[in-house]
Amino acid sequence: MTEHTSTKEVGGRRQFITFRSGEQEFGADIMAIREIRGWTETTPLPHAPDYVRGVINLRGVVLPVVDLKARLGLGRTETNPKDVIVVVQSETRTIGLLVDAVSDILTITGGDIQPTPELAREADTAFVEGIAVLSERMVTILSLHRLIASLVGTQEAQAA
Amino acid sequence: MTDPMEAIKQTYFQECEELLLAMEEGLLALENGEADSEVINAVFRAVHSIKGSGGAFGFEDLVQFAHGFETVLDHLRSGKLDAGGEVVKVLLRAGDMLADHVAAARKGTHLDKETGRDISEALAALSGTDADDSGEAPADFEGLDFAPMVIAVEEAPASAGWRIHFAPHATLYANANEPALLLRELARLGSVKVTADLARLPPLETLEPATGYFAWDIALTGDAPRDAVAEVFEFVLGHCDLTIEMADAPTAEIIPLPVLAPLPDAPVAEKKESAPAADAPKQSIRVDLDKVDRLVNLVGELVITQAMLSQRVAECKIPRASSVGNGLAELEHLLRELQESVMAIRTQPVKSVFQRMPRLVRELAAQTGKQVHLVVEGETTEVDKTVIERLGEPLTHMIRNAVDHGLETPQERLAAGKPEEGTVTLSAEHRGGRIVIEVSDDGRGIDRARVKEKAVERGLISPGTALSDEETDNLIFMPGFSTAKEVSNISGRGVGMDVVRRNIIDLGGRIVIGSTPRQGSRFSLTLPLTLAVLDGMVVAIGAQTFVLPLTHIVESLKPKPSDIHAFGRGRNLLNVRGAYVPLVDTAAILQAGDTSQADQGVVILVESQGTGRLALTVDAILGQRQVVIKGFEDNYRHIEGIAAATILGDGRVALILDVDGIVTRCRAQLGDFNELRPTGS
Repeated sequence: MTEHTSTKEVGGRRQFITFRSGEQEFGADIMAIREIRGWTETTPLPHAPDYVRGVINLRGVVLPVVDLKARLGLGRTETNPKDVIVVVQSETRTIGLLVDAVSDILTITGGDIQPTPELAREADTAFVEGIAVLSERMVTILSLHRLIASLVGTQEAQAA
Repeated sequence: MTDPMEAIKQTYFQECEELLLAMEEGLLALENGEADSEVINAVFRAVHSIKGSGGAFGFEDLVQFAHGFETVLDHLRSGKLDAGGEVVKVLLRAGDMLADHVAAARKGTHLDKETGRDISEALAALSGTDADDSGEAPADFEGLDFAPMVIAVEEAPASAGWRIHFAPHATLYANANEPALLLRELARLGSVKVTADLARLPPLETLEPATGYFAWDIALTGDAPRDAVAEVFEFVLGHCDLTIEMADAPTAEIIPLPVLAPLPDAPVAEKKESAPAADAPKQSIRVDLDKVDRLVNLVGELVITQAMLSQRVAECKIPRASSVGNGLAELEHLLRELQESVMAIRTQPVKSVFQRMPRLVRELAAQTGKQVHLVVEGETTEVDKTVIERLGEPLTHMIRNAVDHGLETPQERLAAGKPEEGTVTLSAEHRGGRIVIEVSDDGRGIDRARVKEKAVERGLISPGTALSDEETDNLIFMPGFSTAKEVSNISGRGVGMDVVRRNIIDLGGRIVIGSTPRQGSRFSLTLPLTLAVLDGMVVAIGAQTFVLPLTHIVESLKPKPSDIHAFGRGRNLLNVRGAYVPLVDTAAILQAGDTSQADQGVVILVESQGTGRLALTVDAILGQRQVVIKGFEDNYRHIEGIAAATILGDGRVALILDVDGIVTRCRAQLGDFNELRPTGS
């Protein structure tokens, strides 16, 4: 299933929740977001890649938490109590994304999302669906589907 | 095929499963000589229902076979045939055949025409018809009426009517009942003549307005049954004096109704069950398993939330004896009860698995030429559905093993002074919060010399290794071990008892063998009642908390520094009363941060599958508790060394360790452990 099918499209318009991680602003399709909650201490998982911060108890579900900044190769997020975990879902899988803060809800028409520039590094684009440019700001639209699939699909060989 | 039809079909097959079980149960009762009409009727009804509904779906083969089967059962029912040994044997095989037909219909295939021919012929011979004659099964199309319902038929004699005396107590009025409405209700049953009985009415000055003084005599004419009359007063029983007598027989039975709150159905209870069913089946409903799972999960959450709440309250220094404390204690109590009840929804008797075994034994007996009598005990023992589902395979294997390897041929048995017929016993019972299932036989027992020889041959042990009898017996669980002299069709295909043991351990259980030469062997399985929870030891390792499944733990000990010996590259061995066991730095394996030195912490001796015993270092043992197993692999991936996760009382997630996975990790990090094996058990 592509993300488009799960998108709430009103006349080609999509809604995104945007959040800050490091210096950048990211957006994720609002339909993929289950909830937003405060940072809680995680239980670390052995032999996990550095961007997997561990697991938390989300009302009885054991939820892995991914440090978005670290996942995108931008360095580890130094956690503080103001950090936020955005719980996102793709197909049947649910994970938490550790971000600095949630900022906004954006409504963007499909045409306003540009493909990522060709010259970007692979690591920068692997989890990016496109770029939304709004007057002064630039929001990187995440491909949650690819982000989550990368977590589940691979064997731990890469981690070990 | 439209969806609704498919759904109905599925329901039919579910019904069939139950009916086949009922049939099998009845046939086995017949085999044991309990040939009363009730048993035969039950079998007949089961076969008839399968046939009837099968016709609705056009399963012709099935219907045709069931028809022949049913004819024989009908003869049996009417006494034209005797349920003797030979007849029952044919019936049992016919039962198996019918099950095969149902299975084939379910898969949408047909059975080979020839497969069941001999059985069809045997049936035909019994019913005195020609085998081919049974071809035209009457199309008694019974629609979708799968399960015959037992309807209580009222035996009330047609009476001319009833004489009823009705004297309400004050409580009747206090409970907002209105006699006039009751009388009106009676009037619907026939024509009534109501006479008020004012005998109790006191003089006005002593009259208590809230007391009932009136009574009524009612003459009801018509053919209303007694129950219908009693039913009118169903809700006021205990609040009135009531007598119901037959009008034309004044001396007829009088029900003296108990005055104090009887059960509402008290008068109905004496209703005559004229239907043939021996005991009315308990009421049940079919529920989607997902719904039950959801309920189980929710209750699990509730328990965790409650534990967290209690902890918070304790942190607030609210005394236990306060109203909040009491309320919490009450809540905890109720929750525990709720959890038990919800877990009980998922439990089922082991019968559903056990009932597949008689057929297996019959087939095995036919294949091996041995005579086998299967004794089944404790089949009503209940255990979680998930456990039941995974019990079938190991049990099948163990029974096969018992018949194929355990029991001798009739000649050998006679020569050994045993009865020709061997006995295999399958039993289940609850013991200490777990279920114990035993498969025992009265065969030759484990041939220990042969087992050792074989183990040496396979390179599993070195020649001359001194082993106790118990250790020798346990060799048969080693991967790649098979004692069958030649690989038979039934067992000994290399996937021997090690697979059984693997299955059982995966279920969180243990398997133990006992064997006496020439007298037989006994395999005991100990399994948890549910797979949703696990008994674990909560331990601190490094900065974290982990749960170690109790099933793996042998003992815990506090080693002296002198017990720890360096061995090879960065490895240590622990001297446990003379046996040297590999010592594993658990914190390093689990990347759980710095840990205390092994000689300061605690060591837990665990039993692993491949390597024997292993000593895991932990910093402290925090306690022992039952934890709810939570998978995380749906949202993440499998981690070697971690079986699952759970949520502790403080709401934090703790990881459940997988001992075998830890061994694999060790191997990867430190080289093979196998060279250390002789130190293990």
